[in-house]
Amino acid sequence: MAEQQEKIFQDKVDHEIRIEPKDWMPDQYRKTLIRQMSQHAHSEIVGMLPEGNWITRAPSLRRKATLIAKVQDEAGHGLYLYSAAETLGISRAEMIDQLHSGKTKYSSIFNYPTLTWADIGAIGWLVDGAAIMNQVPLCRASYGPYARAMIRICKEESFHQRQGFEILLTLSKGSEEQKRMCQDAIDRWWWPAVMMFGPNDESSPHTKQSVAWKIKRFTNDELRQKFIDVCAEQVHILGMKIPDPDLKWNEQTKHYDFGAINWDEFWNVVNGNGPCNKERLAARIKAHEEGAWVREAAIAYAEKKKRKEKVIA
Amino acid sequence: MSNKDWPLWEVFIRSKQGLDHKHAGSLHAADAQMAIENARDVYTRRMEGISIWVVESKYIHASNPAEGSSFYDPANDKAYRHPTFYDLPDELRNM
Repeated sequence: MAEQQEKIFQDKVDHEIRIEPKDWMPDQYRKTLIRQMSQHAHSEIVGMLPEGNWITRAPSLRRKATLIAKVQDEAGHGLYLYSAAETLGISRAEMIDQLHSGKTKYSSIFNYPTLTWADIGAIGWLVDGAAIMNQVPLCRASYGPYARAMIRICKEESFHQRQGFEILLTLSKGSEEQKRMCQDAIDRWWWPAVMMFGPNDESSPHTKQSVAWKIKRFTNDELRQKFIDVCAEQVHILGMKIPDPDLKWNEQTKHYDFGAINWDEFWNVVNGNGPCNKERLAARIKAHEEGAWVREAAIAYAEKKKRKEKVIA
Repeated sequence: MSNKDWPLWEVFIRSKQGLDHKHAGSLHAADAQMAIENARDVYTRRMEGISIWVVESKYIHASNPAEGSSFYDPANDKAYRHPTFYDLPDELRNM
């Protein structure tokens, strides 16, 4: 029976028929999706912190309005993804608990600090750029609610990357100090952005299954290469340099070759020892705990209103 | 500290006058008014809607996908409900 259901399931996936919440699915498919989607949601939520750091210090009203809109979008993206994940049978409260206890992770990129205004530009260009590279194929993920959430997210994400590039472009045409700031931000964000695609394919044990289930459409290394190829060209418009002496066009592969990735740093940050891991998690937990009375008061108010309506009726 | 979620609501949005409300997604809210306001913030930040419906998810009843083939079976063999079923000469115009 289970074997037959698994075959029907895989047939549907192979024929690009989306899986919907009430359809039969293998336990491991459900688990993989819950892990991936909740991590993705957490990343959107934690991702508000490094950028929120610059809202009060944005250099103009235009930049400030843009940054607020972007951070609000990230909150929205987190909410789309949490509610899509809930269709798999996990509650919102459980997911939040898992974030706070460290049981599920969020993208390591948000464990790096935003030291200058140029970092907001670099995040838009590189971090959102890498995220888009990852997310566009997810719009065709086999799980319907995930794919639909991703379509919404990708539509909104495009402005995020463009506003970031515009910030860097402005700085790149500014004073010597502004140019230095621009290059410094690129220098600090480049490698963490390259690592956002995750471990190399040979050290990514889940990739094969995820590709077979059409949760993933491309491997980590394929997406990483695509990202590097695009950025290696775009950086010329800024007149800046990518901090990789080995970055070089390869006529044979028709791709850019690039230098070795520092995987020790990657695992170190994943395992909680990045520059801001503790600060980020502490900020999330504090916001959640200090907001508890609001959540309780809203429920109490809704219940009181319901009682009054009954009395009148 | 309470860790109970607010009730879950399904959100339906009419994107413009003359079109149907379409399912947009879901969200948590303490009551209907808050659900509508949250839906505005979560699902219509770029003028995607002019009207919002919300309904608590627990009130939605759905057909069972496992029974799909038998449930929709009655319509399966009734090709004569479609206009292409009928053999008519090519010279017949405006029909």
